[in-house]
Amino acid sequence: MSDSDSNTVDVKRRRMLIAATSVVGAAGTAAFAAPLLISWKPSARALNAGAPVEMNISKIQPGQRLKAVWQGKPIWVVSRTEKMLADLPSINNLLADPDSAVETQQPAYAKNDARSRKPEILVLIGICTHLGCSPTYRPEIAPADMGADWLGGFFCPCHGSKFDLAGRVYKNVPAPTNLVVPEHYYKTDGVILIGNSGGAA
Amino acid sequence: MAMNTNTEATGLLGWVDERFPIVDTWKAHMSEYYAPKNFNAWYYFGVLAMLVLVIQIVSGIFLTMHYKPDAALAYASVEYIMRDVPGGWFIRYMHSTGASAFFIVVYFHMFRGLMYGSYKGKRELVWLIGMALYLALMAEAFMGYLLPWGNMSYWGAQVIINLFNTIPFVGGEISEWIRGDFVISDPTLNRLFAFHVAAVPLILVALVFVHIVALHRVGSNNPDGIEIKALKNEKGVPLDGVPFHPYYTVHDIPAIVVFLMVFFAIIFFAPEMGGYFIEHANFEPANPLKTPEHIAPVWYFTPFYTVLRAVTLSPFAGTAAMFGAIILLFLLPWLDRNPIKSWRYRNTAHMLNLAIFAVVFIILGYLGVKAVTPEYKEMGIRMTEIYFLFFAVIFAHSNAAKPGRYLVWFILLAAIIFGIDFIRANPDAAVDYAQIKLQWVWPIGYLALTLLLPFVLRGCNAEKAVPERVTS
Repeated sequence: MSDSDSNTVDVKRRRMLIAATSVVGAAGTAAFAAPLLISWKPSARALNAGAPVEMNISKIQPGQRLKAVWQGKPIWVVSRTEKMLADLPSINNLLADPDSAVETQQPAYAKNDARSRKPEILVLIGICTHLGCSPTYRPEIAPADMGADWLGGFFCPCHGSKFDLAGRVYKNVPAPTNLVVPEHYYKTDGVILIGNSGGAA
Repeated sequence: MAMNTNTEATGLLGWVDERFPIVDTWKAHMSEYYAPKNFNAWYYFGVLAMLVLVIQIVSGIFLTMHYKPDAALAYASVEYIMRDVPGGWFIRYMHSTGASAFFIVVYFHMFRGLMYGSYKGKRELVWLIGMALYLALMAEAFMGYLLPWGNMSYWGAQVIINLFNTIPFVGGEISEWIRGDFVISDPTLNRLFAFHVAAVPLILVALVFVHIVALHRVGSNNPDGIEIKALKNEKGVPLDGVPFHPYYTVHDIPAIVVFLMVFFAIIFFAPEMGGYFIEHANFEPANPLKTPEHIAPVWYFTPFYTVLRAVTLSPFAGTAAMFGAIILLFLLPWLDRNPIKSWRYRNTAHMLNLAIFAVVFIILGYLGVKAVTPEYKEMGIRMTEIYFLFFAVIFAHSNAAKPGRYLVWFILLAAIIFGIDFIRANPDAAVDYAQIKLQWVWPIGYLALTLLLPFVLRGCNAEKAVPERVTS
C-alpha cells in the first residue's frame, strides 16, 4: 500500500524520512563549518615566527633587566645582585608556590631556589600568569606604593598580582602560578638562546 | 484597472499593500499599538537606544571607508581620519561617544525594567532577548575598542581574550584559536574587524527586531505594573492605552532633541570625557612589550572587571564569576517570583534592595577604573558579594506573606559571607587581614537592611494594593 492510492499517511515512514534528512543536513552544516573554523588557527606565517631567538647579555649590569621578543612575547633577563639572591628565601611564607612545584612553569633545570640555570641570571617570559598583562619591574626595596615588606620583584598593574625576584607569585593575588621560565641555554657566557634547552637539558 | 482584493487602500499605497502587508504592519506596531498612557521619563531610553544604534551604524559605515584593518596601518589610519579626512574627527567622535552613550541609555533602560518588573507577566522573552542584545552589544564594543590599535586597545584585548585561557584543559588552545597567533597580532585585528563591522551588527539589528516583536505581542508594561489589556472598551481598545502613533512618537521627539543636545555637546567639548570614553593610553600605538602603567577597560565594562579582580580563588573562578554576574541577570524573571510588578507597590525592603544594587553596580564600576590598593581590593570583594547576594535577596522577597523566612535567609547568607572570610583570612598577610576585619560590614549591613529590617519592622514589609487603573 502506498500513499498515492489511499489517503492514509504512513507516519512512521514520514518520521524516519524527516530524521534522515535532518541528520544529513546537520552533517552538511558541520562539514561546511569545519573549514571556516579551522581557518582561525595560527597560519603557517604565525607558526614560523615562533622560532628560537638569540640574546646577547654580555653587557648586563647587576640589578638591570634586558628585554627581547620571542613568539611575540616579552622575554626578560634580570641580573640579580648577591643581596637579591640572599633575600629570596626570607619571604617563602608569603608565596603560593615557593618551591616551584608546578612543573609546567619552568624546565627541570630551573626548578631550584633561584629558578635559573645560573643563579644570578633570571630568564622569564614577561607575561602575567593571570590574564597575560606584562608586569612592571620593581627592584627597589619598600617603595611607598608596594608596602614596607616589599623586597623587589614584579607587579602587574592590571589586576594587582605580585611576584618576587625569582618570578614566584605571592599568595592571595589573582595570578595562580609563578611566571614561566622559558626553555633556554647559554651558547656562550654572554649569549642566551631562548626557546631551546640545548643538548644538555 | 483591476480591483484590489485584499486591501482598502488605493493608489500607490494600495498597490504596495496588495503585495506587502504594509497597512496591517503599520497598524499593529504604530497607529493601533496601544501603549499605557502613564509612561514616564524612564520610557524614553528604549527609543534612545534605537537612535544610538542608527548613529553607530551610519557613522561606522563611513569610518570603514577610511580605516585600515592591518596591524601595521591601523593606528596611522585612525590618526589619518582624525587629522586629514575632512570632518573625519567628527565622524569618529560620533562613533566613540556613541559607544558610551549606548551603554548609558541601555543601563537606564535595564534599571527601568527592574523598577517596574518589566520582565514579568509573559515578558520573560522580552527580557531574555534584551539580555542577549546586551551581550552582543558588549562583544561589539569590545571588538571595536581593539580597532584603533592603541596600547590600551592591545592590552585590553589581551586580557579579555586570555579570559578563555583560564578554561581548564582546553583554554590555551581556544585562546590561540581566537587570536590566530601566540599573542594578539594582525590576524586577531583582522578577524575582530570582520565581526565588528559585519557579523555582530547583523545580530544586533535582528535582535532589536525580535525584541520589539516580542514586546508588542504581550504589550508594554508601565510604571504601575498594571496589565492595561485587562480592561478594554467595547471596541477592544485598552481603557488605559493610547495609540503609539501619534501619541508616543510625538512625545519622544523632545527627549530625542534633549539627548542629541547632550550628545553633541560631548562630541564638541569633551569627546574623550577625561579619559573615560577614550582612554589616554590609547593615544600611543600598540606595544606588545609594554603594558600601560594602569590598565582598565572602558567604563561600561568596569563593574564586571572588578568582579573578575575580586575573585582570586583561581583564574577560572574569576572568569566564571564575571560571566556568572551577567548570566544571573538573564534569570531574573525566574528569581523574582513576586506577583507585584512595580516597586511602587512592593515593600520597602525591595525598594532598598534595588536602590542598593544600583549603587553597588556604580561602586563596582568606580573600583574597576582605580588601581588595586588593599582598601579597594577588599571593597571590590565586598561589593562583589553584595552583587551576588542581590539575586538571593530578590528571590527571598518573592513572598512577603512569610517574613519568618527573611530571618532564615539572613542567617544562611550571613553564614556564607563569614564562611568565605574564614577561608580567605590569613593573619600572615597583615594588611589584607585588617581590611577583612574592617569591611565585612558592607555585605552584612546590606543583608540587615533588606532582610532583617522587614522581619523586625512590619511597616518595611508592607506591600500596597495594586490599583485597577493606572495612576495619572
